[in-house]
Amino acid sequence: MSDPIVSIKGITKRFPGVIAVDDVNVDIKENEFFALLGPSGCGKTTLLRIIAGFETPTEGAILIDGEDMSVTPPNRRPVNMVFQSYAVFPHMTVSDNVAYGLKVVGTPAAEIGPRVKEALEMVQLDHLGERKPDQLSGGQRQRVALARALVKQPKVLLLDEPLSALDAKLRESMQLELARLQQTIGITFIIVTHDQDEALSMADRIAVMDKGAITQIATPEVLYEQPNSRFVADFIGKVNLFDGTVTGAQGKAVKVDVAGLGSLAIPHDSEASGKVSLAVRPEKIKLSKTKPKAGLIATSGKIADWAYYGNTSHMYIETPDDLRIAVNIQNESRDTVDHVDIGDTVWLSWRPEDTLLLAE
Amino acid sequence: MENWKDNRLVFWVTALPGVFWLFVFFLVPLTLIWLMSFGEKTSILDIEITGTLANYARTFQAVYLKIIWKSLWISVLATAVCLAIAYPVAFGICFSPKRWRPLLLLLVILPFWINLLIRTYALIAVFRTRGTLNFTLEWLWNLAFLDKLIGPFQPLELLYNNGAVIVGLVYVFMPFMVLPLYATIERLDRSYLEASLDLGASQWRTFFSVTVPLTMPGIVSGIILVFIPMLGMFLVPDLLGGTNAIMIGNVITDQFKAANDWPFGAALSFLLMYITFAALAVRAFVDARSKGRVGV
Amino acid sequence: MKRGPLDYGRSPWLIAFAIVTFIMLYAPIAQLIVFSFNDSKRNVVWRGFTLKYYQKAWNDVSLVEAFVNSITIAVMCTIVATIIGTAVALWLWRFRFPGKTAVEGFMALPIVIPEICMGVAMLVFFSRMGRWIGSFESGPIYWWSELFSIWPLNLGAITAAHIAFSFPFVAVVVRSRLAGFNRELEEASRDLGASEWQTFVNVILPYMKPGIIAGALLSFTLSLDDFVITFFSAGPETNTFPVKVYSLVRRGVSPDINAASTALIVITVVATILAMKLQTPEKQG
Repeated sequence: MSDPIVSIKGITKRFPGVIAVDDVNVDIKENEFFALLGPSGCGKTTLLRIIAGFETPTEGAILIDGEDMSVTPPNRRPVNMVFQSYAVFPHMTVSDNVAYGLKVVGTPAAEIGPRVKEALEMVQLDHLGERKPDQLSGGQRQRVALARALVKQPKVLLLDEPLSALDAKLRESMQLELARLQQTIGITFIIVTHDQDEALSMADRIAVMDKGAITQIATPEVLYEQPNSRFVADFIGKVNLFDGTVTGAQGKAVKVDVAGLGSLAIPHDSEASGKVSLAVRPEKIKLSKTKPKAGLIATSGKIADWAYYGNTSHMYIETPDDLRIAVNIQNESRDTVDHVDIGDTVWLSWRPEDTLLLAE
Repeated sequence: MENWKDNRLVFWVTALPGVFWLFVFFLVPLTLIWLMSFGEKTSILDIEITGTLANYARTFQAVYLKIIWKSLWISVLATAVCLAIAYPVAFGICFSPKRWRPLLLLLVILPFWINLLIRTYALIAVFRTRGTLNFTLEWLWNLAFLDKLIGPFQPLELLYNNGAVIVGLVYVFMPFMVLPLYATIERLDRSYLEASLDLGASQWRTFFSVTVPLTMPGIVSGIILVFIPMLGMFLVPDLLGGTNAIMIGNVITDQFKAANDWPFGAALSFLLMYITFAALAVRAFVDARSKGRVGV
Repeated sequence: MKRGPLDYGRSPWLIAFAIVTFIMLYAPIAQLIVFSFNDSKRNVVWRGFTLKYYQKAWNDVSLVEAFVNSITIAVMCTIVATIIGTAVALWLWRFRFPGKTAVEGFMALPIVIPEICMGVAMLVFFSRMGRWIGSFESGPIYWWSELFSIWPLNLGAITAAHIAFSFPFVAVVVRSRLAGFNRELEEASRDLGASEWQTFVNVILPYMKPGIIAGALLSFTLSLDDFVITFFSAGPETNTFPVKVYSLVRRGVSPDINAASTALIVITVVATILAMKLQTPEKQG
């Protein structure tokens, strides 16, 4: 494995009265698409701004390509940023915007023209070079911001909530385009987002942040299927969480008592004891009118709420023991939803191995 | 915003010119007359700061109290008339077609940029005995054959009285009142008015129960914006008011330009300053309260 | 088309009221301008077009001198007040520091206090300064004072006073322009490799430009229009246009005052309209 391109070593950032970033350690590999994901106020943007050089960390060091950058001002760092508001200079044309970063460092004029052209072609804006930013759409301005950063050939491209200002349709196509761009030019992207879909669909690895600290760093699959905490399980996707108590071990499984579900044997690799949470994703749960076969975790209840989304339906089932369980079903045939109705009593079941045991 | 310690050079380079200028050419002069307001004349030229309150005590003499009282009621009345005229005008501009608004606003503000002295002078030409207004009235008088019935038109004495001063103050300061009113009425969310009408209130009821309370910050700013300069006004009463229409500003001017009693003049001008500070405190209070209530 | 419940702009009463107000606002000024061209000394009746009062005003040496003084003061005041005001705007916009609220209040004082208070303060200050400087018979301060008796430096006291009350206005205008500045633009520039100075010149300054120009025109008209502060801080030997007009007006109405006033009105109105044009907000990316 090669050396990390960005190495975040014990970074802490304190603002008066708040710890924005709390002892974060991450190594980001070359050519990686890395996402910092978390709810607003979790410190992800502050961390990104520390990498860019707009905030000085209270403690810790940032190494970019092996060099300590902790005290280097932003204009001397080999990283460039796409800002949340795009920050396209309103008084310059598109071409001037892209050329700006080359001009200020004294790039020879003969070199600037072709590089600007190339960068604009890369984001398919080469026909709009003479436009002013106020004549562009939001998506086009975003591309200008991208081209302007990429023309500098940074070692790392930082993106601060780059898609949050776009409407839903455009956002999806930009997601694909960003992923494609990252693959073609092959530089490291670090993206900050609060949108889990964005992170899951684009990133190679995701760091989930909460209250200034990183809770888990993993690939999207691992993050979704094997979250390491209640917070991650709850933040990424939807999840049903049950409180339980470990009563003992049974081979490779752990026996857990859950009110309303009884004593369950959950496959688990390591030791567990005391109070735990059991997590199961709504789409892993099957719905049936008749009692499911043995070996599955099962309970019955009444359909309390129902939201129809076209391709899927989200239901909430209330059991006699006051558990409220979310279930997603695929509307596989046109009459799937005709078979059940609010108030109907149904059976729920899922496999023990689809259940995740999370320590408190 | 950056902490000043992060870039001391830029901090001081941007701070010093303004602070220096304001200190030398504003704060020092003001302090000087403030100190002087506690001083006594020892000769024609010399003033000693003795810490006496005699100058302030003198402002409470009947003759000056009368002038202060008159200045106050003239300013209050003129402010009220300004508000009564400016509110409908600002309201009308806010609800006029969007493309007209900048032009209408410009029309309101423009006179305010024309020299105060010139505008006052223009009023003299209108109101003097042989001025436009009397001339027009005479023409109407003759048109109605009143000259044949009653006798020749007697020109009205429109200048050199309290009324002329009030008209002059209103004329000069009305544009000033429109600006803050326009700014708040413009920001007023129309759906509040629609909600009130929808809930069954009449147009007038909506105006007094919804529009006026919600635009109160603008009303207060406008009142203070015109009331303070009116109170200290010297030019308008000097030119339009006769000898009997003297306001504080004229007394202050006299102390410095003619009577040569600087300590007393200083005390009078600081009396104006104290009133100003009180008015600003009222505005700060109203602002704070309306922020808490409307949550703007 | 029928009026909707919130179409107050089409209410005939409101329109009539506004029109009457506008007429009252402009009629005296219009009359003043019209009668500057009227071929009659005293009468309010139109007696034909003439430019003779402009000629008369033009030939009045003291009036022209006062006019030139006013323009000179306004130009000097504008240059200095714009620089100081812009610096103050940048300062208050950019930095947070202890006592900032107090400084902001202090900077607003020249805007809010009655003019006459500032005027008498200037009178006292400059007369004290004059007496102090007058007590030197030689030495650097004496030489400086000699220098300041030469035109246009003899207008220095008035100009200094004008700068003191007009730069806070410039600061307010420029700062309100800066308030709309997206700080990410500044960061983007730094991120793209520009130094702090390059960022200021290439990004912040172009953004501030309309505000600076509007502020400059504002301080120009403020200085040109000021009567009260000049009236108090001017020595007996220097005259500005408003002070001169004041002494004429006290003697009564005459068409050559109309002519001179019209000239001043034209200058301020042009400057104001320019300022308003430049202040209209533009979209930013």
